[in-house]
Amino acid sequence: MAGPIKAKYVEKEHAVVDGVDISGHWNRMFEQRVITEYTPELIEKVADIPGGESFANCYQCAKCVPVCPVDVVGNYGPRKLYRYAQTGMDLTEAPELWLCTTCKNCLRVCPKEVDMIQIMPAVREQAILAGKFVPPELQQAFENTAKTGNPLGQPQRKRDAWIQSAGVPVPIIKDVARPVDVLWYVGSYPSYHPRGIDAAAAAARIFTALGIDFAILGKEEKDDADSQRLAGEKGLFEMMTEYNIETFNKYEWKELMVTGPHELNAFKNVYPKYGFERPVVHYTTFLARHLDQLKPLLKHSVNKKITYHDPCYLGRHNGEYEAPRKLLEAIPGVELVEMGRNRENGYCCGGGGGGMWMDSFTAKHTTMRLSEKRAMEAASTGANVLAVACPFEVSRFTDAVKSTGNEHVDVLDILELLDRSMRGE
Amino acid sequence: MNIVVAIKHIPSIADDLPVKGNNVDFDSVDFVLNEFDEQSIEQAVLVKEAVGGTVTVVGVDMIGELDNVLHLALAKGADKAVKITGDDPAADSHMQAKWLSEAIKGMSPNIVFAGVQASNDLDGQIGPMIAAYLDMPYIGGVSSVEVAGDSATVNKEFAGGVGAKYSVSLPMVVGVQAASKPPRYAPVSKVRQVAQTATIEKVAPSGEASSGLTMKKMAPPVVTGHAEMIEGSSKEVAAKIVELLKSKGLA
Repeated sequence: MAGPIKAKYVEKEHAVVDGVDISGHWNRMFEQRVITEYTPELIEKVADIPGGESFANCYQCAKCVPVCPVDVVGNYGPRKLYRYAQTGMDLTEAPELWLCTTCKNCLRVCPKEVDMIQIMPAVREQAILAGKFVPPELQQAFENTAKTGNPLGQPQRKRDAWIQSAGVPVPIIKDVARPVDVLWYVGSYPSYHPRGIDAAAAAARIFTALGIDFAILGKEEKDDADSQRLAGEKGLFEMMTEYNIETFNKYEWKELMVTGPHELNAFKNVYPKYGFERPVVHYTTFLARHLDQLKPLLKHSVNKKITYHDPCYLGRHNGEYEAPRKLLEAIPGVELVEMGRNRENGYCCGGGGGGMWMDSFTAKHTTMRLSEKRAMEAASTGANVLAVACPFEVSRFTDAVKSTGNEHVDVLDILELLDRSMRGE
Repeated sequence: MNIVVAIKHIPSIADDLPVKGNNVDFDSVDFVLNEFDEQSIEQAVLVKEAVGGTVTVVGVDMIGELDNVLHLALAKGADKAVKITGDDPAADSHMQAKWLSEAIKGMSPNIVFAGVQASNDLDGQIGPMIAAYLDMPYIGGVSSVEVAGDSATVNKEFAGGVGAKYSVSLPMVVGVQAASKPPRYAPVSKVRQVAQTATIEKVAPSGEASSGLTMKKMAPPVVTGHAEMIEGSSKEVAAKIVELLKSKGLA
């Protein structure tokens, strides 16, 4: 990063301005001073990109910096990025481009509406198209999504292999051949990741016990690619969106339920721009609606002190803070405690905006992983369970509790906790 | 420098391979670019970036979907795309090599790249046969190529981790095992842009060739036995392995 630009001399022996001789010691007021000598070019370069405009709105109040989760473990935040750009950082080429997790906490407090949720994907897309540096692990996730339909690179034919571990029949919509109430979009991590599968299987048991008329897409389901979009691969997102909308529209259903907040964001907030406007609901909201039927099923006590991590894309991006807490409080024996940063000010796990696939890269530019910081916050509440509601988080926090020496904290999806209370394990 | 890449569009083996009659059921299988050809496209673009020239990618259109692959190659840095309108999903490596050679002849190539093998025929014949038809030398199993003037330095891989460096004179055909760098990622946005604007030259297949082999039967492998999982602590497992090896007369 370039250092600050040195001030030129600011006082001339003789100075003539608009034909008036203003020689004298006071003429320094008519010369540029250091504060105005920064070049606006690199700020304009960002603001000229469609989507990047609001970057130029920043007036350096710095409200965004203390709420930025990356700044907590590093040196970051929109206000700092603006300053770096003033002093020579080209955001399209800087490592800073890849650190933002699009958690939206900065936008929440910004009086000038500098919108990193628009800026970052737009600038990243330009960098990718121009063939500039892209973290290799992120490229791998893009390539996997394009080739196999999921960022993990798992075969499409195994997308529904997880249902064998559910212990209940999981209907595939193609086979049921009739309209259903709920089309459950399982998601890539719950379909393939071992810990994700645990949550998917728990969900299947809960929906079955509640008598929900549901079905899944099975082998026809492909990734939502919303995080790939936020990481800058808009073309990939559009390709997946076209496929997904066509697939959703092939079948008759009343409501689309998702396991993951990123899918909620894609289907609810972004797909309407591509012509898909149907009811979409996160599983926590859905189950909270069925709380009266669910409560009698929660027969067994889960005697745990639980703290809940608000996923950025369920909370800040989609305003759902209460349903997950209602579900946890409905479980007999549970003591719910809050971390200092919760709800609107919830801390980010580091997985959003493509961060899920940039852990090694991010680690080089931060003092610790965001997930590790959060795991330590969870442990400091005295909780022995960290409850989550996003499929990215189970694996992230399971690693983080281990690497920070907090193995005594179990990381469990709310689905798994409800399932335990239902089955008494 | 005229750089030509001969590619193959082959049935994907990511999904179960359906069989119909005595061949693959081509109607119910996805086709993908042969993975060794991904390496050879990358190597061709790297050579172009190093010494200049034009990269032309040419392949046989097996099922009418080769455009997608050619757009991807153009997005990665190829300059021209040519498809041979075969529309014969069962065309074997001998037939394809003949058609490719006829198409490549007129391009006066300085260097021709082909993936060292493909997972359908698995005979590694496309490269050597193109070389024979074009009357050029062939070197296969190559993992890097550096061109300087009329010659090139190539690394060739042998079994057992042995490598050799060759100095070769152009023109010639190179069978690529791996490019000197991992294949670059082409953003889908870029591939889509290319798809809007690119022109793909169409060439009719010319000539006949056959491997002389007749397929008598094709069937999925029959599962005959399963692996035995040895359980227990690492010491117990080790002891059981030793016991097992002894019982088979191997230790």
